[in-house]
This record gives sequence, structure tokens and C-alpha cells, in this order.
Amino acid sequence: MKKSFQLFWSFFKIGAFTLGGGYAMLSMVEKVVVDQKKWIPNEEFWDMIAVVQSLPGVFAVNTALYVGHRVAGTKGAFATMLGAIIPSIVIILLLATVFREYREQPVVERIFKGIRPCVVALILAPSLRMIKSAKVTWKTAIIPIVTVFLIWWLKISPAYVILAAIVGSLVYAILINKKTKNKEAKS
Amino acid sequence: MIYLQLLWVFVKIGVLGFGGGYAMLSLIQHEVVEHYAWMTTTEFADMVAISQMTPGPISINLATYVGYTTAGFGGSLLASFALCLPSIIMVYFILKLFMSKKNNTLMSNMLKGLKPAIAGLIFAAGLSMMNLQNFPDFGNGQSNISVIICVVGFVASYFFKANPILLIVLSGAVGLLVY
Repeated sequence: MKKSFQLFWSFFKIGAFTLGGGYAMLSMVEKVVVDQKKWIPNEEFWDMIAVVQSLPGVFAVNTALYVGHRVAGTKGAFATMLGAIIPSIVIILLLATVFREYREQPVVERIFKGIRPCVVALILAPSLRMIKSAKVTWKTAIIPIVTVFLIWWLKISPAYVILAAIVGSLVYAILINKKTKNKEAKS
Repeated sequence: MIYLQLLWVFVKIGVLGFGGGYAMLSLIQHEVVEHYAWMTTTEFADMVAISQMTPGPISINLATYVGYTTAGFGGSLLASFALCLPSIIMVYFILKLFMSKKNNTLMSNMLKGLKPAIAGLIFAAGLSMMNLQNFPDFGNGQSNISVIICVVGFVASYFFKANPILLIVLSGAVGLLVY
């Protein structure tokens, strides 16, 4: 029980104080879990992060769940997950009540009028950065273009588009796996 | 009924949410603004800004807010929990499977193939937020300040990796001054 509480409290603090999403949180988690508490050895921690990164879902929650589960089983997994999300839920609930009250105020409305176009920019920028980091060539540029066309123009649900992309990528990954296996067999 | 819808929407997003916070944000935008119309496009933009500026994962913040505005306190807990539910199941059943090296390379290769599509998904979400509600002064003979904010914000974020919180604060200040 004591360990579960420690897990909860560690992730609660991380959830309450890290701004800037999953990757900002990661260094905090490493500091606590690997360096301070020594719950998980360094190498295993990073192996685990490599796996968690390719899983769907909220990265912070996946990381929390894995650490909790690895350190203290089911109890631990729930402790870390709740620790990671309770600060968010509490803060947003408090803000939501305030925000809905004051949204119509002219001052607030003017501030958000300035913020909205910036939010659009903040969504477009990472998508292009992702295209760059995925090393999209002129040939593979067809994938994001078709995706945009299907979702934005034809209003097809992104769920179907992602499902189709998952199937396609899985086939691609299996082919690559086979290729490397053949290479290994030859050499 | 609304509880079932929240559960379904956020479980779905938890399952299909590959590729980080912005990918999930795009899925949420489609379901919540375009499909179910639980939020207006301006309210969504406002919430993204607020989520960026408060600690915690953006998608949890958005789920909590959507749940709260559609079905009150219970709805907020349900939406956040639904978003985590696929992850909870994964930690038991799938993670062990992927801890083997072979399956892990398969998975990360799959993600490599998936990335260009996810980038398209996020871009589409940005495009569908480019409307007259979020850019009210767009057009001939108008001030077009919103367009300037968007372009400057994009350049600062994409080329100079400016801190998003700083950009939100600055654009809010511009809004206060010019509108």
C-alpha cells in the first residue's frame, strides 16, 4: 500500500507541474523513477519507453501505467494512472466553470480572438514538422495529401482513414521485417 | 445516451490515437466539433489554448472539458476514463507481446509507415479550423489581423521552435490591443 501511495504521489506531482505535454514529462519521470527511487533500471526504462511510444493512447498515461504495473502490479498501475490524470481533471474542471462564466466578457473575448488564429498555427506547424521527420519524399507525399483530401474535403471520418493507414503500414512493416530476415539469412 | 456516446467516442480515440498529442487532438476535433457538434470551433480553439497553458496531457484536458460541458461532472470523469481504458487493457495484454524485440521492430516500422498519414490528419484538423469563426476579420477591405497572427505564429513555431505558451500569451495580448 505504501509503495502504491508513493507511486501515486510521484506521478501526481509530475502531472501537476509539467507543462508542454508527454515529452516534457518524460525527463521528470526518468528522474524520479530511475534516478531517485531506483524503481526501474535505466536500460529497461528506455527499452520500455521505446515500446510505449509506438502504442496508441495518451503517452503520459501509457508511461504511468507501465511504470506502476512494473513496480507494484495492478494496484501500482492504477495508482500511477490516477496520479497522472487527477491534476489535469481537477485543473480543467476548475477552469471550465470559470471560463464558461467569463467567456462572454468583452475583455476575455478580445484576448481569445487573438489566440484562436495562433492555435490554428500551432496545429499546422507540428504536422509539417512530422512530415519532415517522417522523411516524406515526393513519391510518398501522396499519403499525407490523400489523407488531407479524405478528411478535410470529403469529410470522411479520420477513424476510418487511420484504420486504413494502420492496415497499410502493417503490411509495409511485415514486408520490411521479411526483407531484413532474408538479408540476414543471406549474410 | 450522452454517456454512451462519450464512452464510445473517447474509447475510439484511445484506440486509434497513434502518434502523440496532436494526432489525438485532431481526432477529438473531428468527433467533438464536426460530428457531434458538442463544441463550437471557437470553443475548441479556446480549449486547446487553455490545455496548452495548463499542466497535464492535452487530450486528457480536452476529454475532461468535453465531458463536463456535455454531461457535467460525471461526464468529465467518464470521458477521461474512457480515453485511458484502451491503455489500461494494453498494459496487461499487449505490452508483454511487444516487449519482444521482433514485435517491437514490427511495431515501430508500422509507426514509421503511419506517420505521414498522421501528419495529414493533423494538417486536416488545422485546415478545418481555418474558418470565419476563428478568423472573423478575414476578407477584402478588412483588417486581416487574424491572418497575420496565424502566419507569424506559424513561422515562429515551425522555423524558430518558439514556445507555444509564449505564442499564445503574445497573440492574446495582440487580441486585447487591436480588437
